Amino acid sequence: MKNIPISYSYRNLWARRLTTVLTASGMALVVFVFAAVLMLAEGLRKTLVETGSPDNVIVIRKGSQSEVQSGVDRPQAAIIETQPEVALAQNGEPLLAKEMVVLIDLPKRRTDKPSNVVIRGIGAFSLSLRPQVRLAAGRMPKPGSSEIAAGQSVAKRFRGAGIGERIRFGMRDWTVVGIFDAGNTGYSSEIWGDADQLMQSFRRPVFSSVLFKLRDSSEFQKFKDRVESDPRLTVEAKRETRYYADQSEVMAKFLRILGMTLTVIFSLGAMIGAMITMYAAVANRTSEIGMLRALGFSRRSILMAFLMEAMFLGLVGGCIGLFFASFMQFITISTVNWQTFSELAFSFTLSCEIVYRSILFSVIMGFIGGVLPAVRAARMNIVEALRAS
Amino acid sequence: MHILKLLFKNAFRHKLRTGLTVLGITIAILAFGLLRTVISAWYSGVEASSATRLITRNAVSLIFSLPLSYKDKIRQVPGVTTVSYGNWFGGIYIDEKNFIPNFSVDAETYLDLYPEFILAAGQKRDFIRDRKACVAGRKVAEKFGWKIGDNIVLKGSIFPGTWEFVLRGIYHGARKTTDETQLFFHWDSVNETLKKTAPHRADMVGFYMIGVKNPDQAAEVAVAIDTLFKNSLAETLTETEKAFQLSFVTMSEAIVVVIQIVSFVVIVIIMAVMANTMAMTARERIGEYAIMKTLGFGAWHIAGLVFGESLVIATIGCAIGIALTYPAAAWFSNAMGTYIPVFNVEHKTLYLDIAAALLVGSVAAVFPTWRAVKVKIADGLRRIG
Repeated sequence: MKNIPISYSYRNLWARRLTTVLTASGMALVVFVFAAVLMLAEGLRKTLVETGSPDNVIVIRKGSQSEVQSGVDRPQAAIIETQPEVALAQNGEPLLAKEMVVLIDLPKRRTDKPSNVVIRGIGAFSLSLRPQVRLAAGRMPKPGSSEIAAGQSVAKRFRGAGIGERIRFGMRDWTVVGIFDAGNTGYSSEIWGDADQLMQSFRRPVFSSVLFKLRDSSEFQKFKDRVESDPRLTVEAKRETRYYADQSEVMAKFLRILGMTLTVIFSLGAMIGAMITMYAAVANRTSEIGMLRALGFSRRSILMAFLMEAMFLGLVGGCIGLFFASFMQFITISTVNWQTFSELAFSFTLSCEIVYRSILFSVIMGFIGGVLPAVRAARMNIVEALRAS
Repeated sequence: MHILKLLFKNAFRHKLRTGLTVLGITIAILAFGLLRTVISAWYSGVEASSATRLITRNAVSLIFSLPLSYKDKIRQVPGVTTVSYGNWFGGIYIDEKNFIPNFSVDAETYLDLYPEFILAAGQKRDFIRDRKACVAGRKVAEKFGWKIGDNIVLKGSIFPGTWEFVLRGIYHGARKTTDETQLFFHWDSVNETLKKTAPHRADMVGFYMIGVKNPDQAAEVAVAIDTLFKNSLAETLTETEKAFQLSFVTMSEAIVVVIQIVSFVVIVIIMAVMANTMAMTARERIGEYAIMKTLGFGAWHIAGLVFGESLVIATIGCAIGIALTYPAAAWFSNAMGTYIPVFNVEHKTLYLDIAAALLVGSVAAVFPTWRAVKVKIADGLRRIG
């Protein structure tokens, strides 16, 4: 005897539309939340991965976890500059930038609420060391002047950060002469100006970090070992990618835990919903199942038919949920990164893997919800089932 | 009374289905309660702040410090009673995972300004006398098993080096909302070391904590302090402790909003599940409703039956959910340790739980009720099964 045709399963869903819609919408919401959390985590990951470049090395003071807490004085920075692993630019100068990073409070455009923004004092090679950053409007600030360039997300969200506008900090007025586009990276939430000018106005005698490109990517360990054991230096070296991943560890962990907890709790609810629906589907069709068995369909094919029905239900919910989740891509979340205390903006990002995982998740939810009712249907006694009215 | 009995009997006709629905509501209420508690924990610092305390910090941002010389000038401002100061020290205990908020403070005045940190008289004396001493909150002390007299070693992240302190006191919170996870020690002793290792960072403080005589004067005092240092190298920003704490919360507002939305989504999900249950129930009983109508029961009576049944199921689920919220919150608070200093289930949360359950019960009953009321007797009787 052949199996029960698949159309039996999905037509049954259509026959009981209201129940199907209610159950599927419950599941759709769960898949929506599941996908949204994954998208958020993916957005954060993408922002941070793209912020760093694996060939770049960042040197900060030993024990300080971020550039903001770090301090590297001029003699130390000069020693790092002369290390042989530093790549050279076309004009023969080391491809290295001594930078200063501080946080300042700026009011947001709409709400006027202050938030922390990173101000980065840059050197001549800061821009070329970060190929992911390019100028979108205006020009870069001239060295030795009170000019700054703002990242796109800062320019949009903070008062006075648009091109041609002025911001006052460090007892000086700074003119925004350029807007740079840094895509999804953390630099979009920064303001850049000449390092020497900024150090002067903030009265900070030390740099925060030294960033350079490796001559040969494989020489990192050699550099790290030598620099960290040099008695003249109290610094540590990290690959830039590693540095940014470390910075958002707490945030990533928080999102992961929150996402997992929510998904587990919500999916329990949705699976219960699917189970109720499927139990009812089985109970309503007792005599029908008896009939099918009497016609010669095996227990296995009845089990399969009901499992298919439950999985279809999950699939419908999954597709609806994913459809709505895909609109979340237009939303950008901006929050403070607790580790660096600076503003971090990232958006929901949908990837193929998330689509695949959400659909799989919804089908599995349907499967788990349907397995017990399907077993009950399969184990029915033919005679008793036929006798049921 | 008979009605209630009938409602219960009806509700438990399908034991499995009702059981599953109740379970679903329990989970939803539990999740809702916990999420709400997470949000209130977020605001716990704001709730615990006192109206008589002001905080002065560098106007540029938190990472810039102020000179110690401001202390005496601030003290001269009318309305100021106590001036204390300190630094966010940012020391790491063994590993970054063991997050402890730690401060170097001017011990005596700091304790004066925080009457809610209760310290035994002997411990307070020991702490103030010993320059290497530190005091920890009850929660941290319990978490790491510290006892009075223990040596505590912090790795500096903002202030480089290894710092050693002796635990001289463990404070208790006066209220349930008091943060019991802090660790503080003498600003003086840290400053002494800084003078040798990093002279340009010595004699600087991260914040001034100011006590005012009268909370109504707080705004004037704040303005008076900020005008004192206008146009200086380090301009100040003075705000009430509440506003200061709130500024931290608003910085991570996006996350609070997400949690808030999610807590409503869980209610909507369970609404769909519950509505489904009620729709199935009503469909099965269309015949019964027709019979009741034949016997002369009015539409409102039948509506009451459907509504009542829905509410009975929702209420049972809600009661179990609330009962489970407490042990779940205790477990969660334990698991999060010092990351969330205060994690208490508020009464407001319970009311919201109940409101949510009643809402779910009512909304779920709307469509089935409409169907039961509308059904024509002949149609209802004709239906079989």
